Amino acid sequence: MQTSPITKPGTTKMDYYYLFTICTFIYLVVFMPSAYSNDVEAKASQFFSSGHTNNWAVLVCTSRFWFNYRHVANTLSVYRSVKRLGIPDSHIVLMLADDMACNYRNPKPATVFSHKNMELNVYGDDVEVDYRGYEVTVENFLRVLTGRLPPSTPRSKRLLSDDRSNILIYLTGHGGNGFLKFQDSEEISNTELADAFEQMWQKRRYNELLFIIDTCQGASMYERFYSPNIMALASSQVGEDSLSHQPDLAIGVHLMDKYTFYLLEFLEEVHPASQANMNDLFKVCPPSKCVSTPGHRTDLFQRDPGSVLITDFFGSVRKVEITKETINLMSPTEALIKRSGNAALQVESLTYVDQLPVAQIIHQKPKQKDWHPPDGFILGLWTLILLVFFKTYGIKHLKHIF
Amino acid sequence: MAPLQLEKQRGRFAALAIAAVVIVVGIPLWWKTTQTYRAWLPYSEISELDTLRLQLSVDVEVVFSRGTLSPEQQKKVPLSHVSEKEHEVDAKTGLRYRFETKYRTATIMEEDALNQPTAAEADLSLHMLTESACGSVVVYVIPESSSLLPKDVNVYVGQRRTALLRSTPVRDSWSLKEVLANLDPQVEQVVNTMSFSHRDIIAALSDRVRLTKVTKESMADSMRAIKSSPGYEITFSLLNPDPKSHNLHWDIEGAVYSYIQPLLNKLAPIANFSVDSQILYYAVLGVNPRFDNSMSAYALRADSLSHVINPVEARLGSNAASSNPVLNFLLYVPDANHSPLFIRDHSKREVPSNAFHSPRWGGIMVYNVNDMYGPNAQLPVDINIDMAKVMGVFLAQLRLLLGIQHTHPPPGFMLQSPGNAGLTDWELDRLLWSRSVENIATASTTITSLAQLLDQIGNIVINDNIAQQVSSAVTSLQLAVAELEAGNLAFALQYSREAILASERAFFDPSLLHLLYFPDDQKFAIYIPLFLPMCVPIVLSLLKIVNEARRKRADKQAKND
Repeated sequence: MQTSPITKPGTTKMDYYYLFTICTFIYLVVFMPSAYSNDVEAKASQFFSSGHTNNWAVLVCTSRFWFNYRHVANTLSVYRSVKRLGIPDSHIVLMLADDMACNYRNPKPATVFSHKNMELNVYGDDVEVDYRGYEVTVENFLRVLTGRLPPSTPRSKRLLSDDRSNILIYLTGHGGNGFLKFQDSEEISNTELADAFEQMWQKRRYNELLFIIDTCQGASMYERFYSPNIMALASSQVGEDSLSHQPDLAIGVHLMDKYTFYLLEFLEEVHPASQANMNDLFKVCPPSKCVSTPGHRTDLFQRDPGSVLITDFFGSVRKVEITKETINLMSPTEALIKRSGNAALQVESLTYVDQLPVAQIIHQKPKQKDWHPPDGFILGLWTLILLVFFKTYGIKHLKHIF
Repeated sequence: MAPLQLEKQRGRFAALAIAAVVIVVGIPLWWKTTQTYRAWLPYSEISELDTLRLQLSVDVEVVFSRGTLSPEQQKKVPLSHVSEKEHEVDAKTGLRYRFETKYRTATIMEEDALNQPTAAEADLSLHMLTESACGSVVVYVIPESSSLLPKDVNVYVGQRRTALLRSTPVRDSWSLKEVLANLDPQVEQVVNTMSFSHRDIIAALSDRVRLTKVTKESMADSMRAIKSSPGYEITFSLLNPDPKSHNLHWDIEGAVYSYIQPLLNKLAPIANFSVDSQILYYAVLGVNPRFDNSMSAYALRADSLSHVINPVEARLGSNAASSNPVLNFLLYVPDANHSPLFIRDHSKREVPSNAFHSPRWGGIMVYNVNDMYGPNAQLPVDINIDMAKVMGVFLAQLRLLLGIQHTHPPPGFMLQSPGNAGLTDWELDRLLWSRSVENIATASTTITSLAQLLDQIGNIVINDNIAQQVSSAVTSLQLAVAELEAGNLAFALQYSREAILASERAFFDPSLLHLLYFPDDQKFAIYIPLFLPMCVPIVLSLLKIVNEARRKRADKQAKND
């Protein structure tokens, strides 16, 4: 704002001073509210900055046997965090290769603990395991990722993601340089995993993918990825082993792996509205605590990891818009009543089909079973025949038999 | 010596015969039996599909009513005019828009129809006269002084595919060409509103073309509408957290039949819809609303709305038999202790509809019933929910979620409300345009990536049914592109739907799983123990024969010398 140097006769410096104050005041009144509303707009628009509308999680534990209790506990603790932060069961595919909670060696049945002194039961009351036991195979895992499931697969076993889904994939078990062992009998290699992700990208089955792996030499599994929008974390580098955390003397096995233990500790502090971002996740479990060196890979990811919220992958914060327009509808009167009248006539009384035909079972005649001679009878018969033969013809024929 | 010689001869013949059998019979047999069955795929046609050149043709008819043209100008009408616009989206995708405009004068019956007192009635009577084809636009130019449209409105867009355009002042001395040149920008505006705009088509191509620079609004638009799918499941849920106080009755069957079904019937060419409903008792929102003294009511802030959906979603069921996307519409009646409950938007103002929606998921409406009974009423109170009001909100949300975008018409436009059908014909046309383009783009990317995958991995078995699906997808795609070029929108959509169904079925066939990753050293490890023990004697005996033949020739040479 420029004041003219030419002064009119009769004006003084004070007049210009007043003019200046008034102009500043007007500026404040006119422009500041719009700056404030811009801020509100900016906050509202931040909702749409991440580009995803729904969240999915695929959590896989690949080892069986009682001494691999810690892998099941790992997966269940991530499951618990993910559910707590809002992802519903219908959007989680949980694959557990063995049942630890109901294992006959479990001194506390129906529980899986993640902390010694049995502080935290991660099995809980409403666990929904989608693939259990021997169903957890490399083939099923790849089928879930690529979507090539037989048509009879129910909805809860499918990954029904679209191009606006953020998917969290967590793998744990025994691994090596370039492979992950499934069920002690087969393995998945890092090239297969990278190809599966590429097929997911081709069909636009994800918006962004977060891949976390807690195995020995875990960093080798994400070396071969080449599809965009993938961020990967691993618990150890190539050549290092991931170590387990602490054994529980009552249960008798190691309860958790170090990396996932500290990851769970970190996630317990996160709540659905928190602003923690990925850079904090990278700092979880430094080598001083974990002994192995956790690694991460962000070169395929388009956004800056500092701007990616934890809840973008672990939680399910929905984007919401206020409905501003409605449609004015007139209530139909006659047509409706006429129609409901007709419907009343046509409804027939519905009954249950007989679930268990008790009367039939009680009065049933016993089924005719084929008659078999009693056990041991045949064996005895042959012994008798042999004895008689050798008695008659002498023992020298024995060499022809054996 | 002779028998030994004979024996040696026999041995040589035997070795040669075995080598011959191995090479002539064995190797081809092994090759044939270890080959994977791969049915023939039309790779050349698929690679042609990789570059997509779409032409979208729109038929526009401009009808001049009496008083808009001078007699001299009228003599030159009827005439037709074609305008084309090309856009190169990226290296592999090109678009061409072709507008074929026909100009003519109005018939007597059309003039009668235009003489109606209001624009809505004029629109209705015009519709009775002719039925315009799917995808076409008819613009009636009415005189500037006409009283059919209000003063500040220049264009009235009707419920079908017709629009009334107020003509700009025309001077009698102008030639027809000048009149048309004057009229063209306005006609173009109308056509862009009623059929498609370049932005919509680009948004529909988002599967093929990942744009890095998108405006916030267009990204919000593209995220909100659910992706094209062969079927959708719509679920209406009534949440009653307080059955002790409120005994709710809602006639959902009747409401769906009268309000939602007409819209779904109109959208039948796009997808199959299945509707179901449920009532959930003791279902609470995950957020505690706060009491607001200024309104003496409970209020839900806009930031807390996003945390409302998750706890409820865990309790909503869905049809386990289908993998179709689900749209959930929830009607929440607050409990007596937290009534009335209002939703506030970001600027702390009350929302008249008291509802919000989440992109690609569904909508939630809060229905307050506290004013339907007094404080001394006997609990539980019987309450009949006003379905017209509820369905008005749900219908608006359903339209948004299915992809019927807000149209932001230019100033001076007046759009007729859709009425009980829920959808005007030109809105349907807009949806058909974007869906056809989206289906064609998705199907072509699916087929090309499938062909690439099958080409790269030689181990995958390609069954006959997959080859058949791929061929039918390719044929349908070619037909869809041809129909789009010709301007037959309905057929184009039908073919594009068939193409996308066939391509998805082929891509997601369970037999196409490439599990066996054989690195070369593993292949050697399998074949060596099988073939080496057999090949070593053969090779050694052949070498022995060759050495002997050479020695014999050397001896003969020495003897000759």
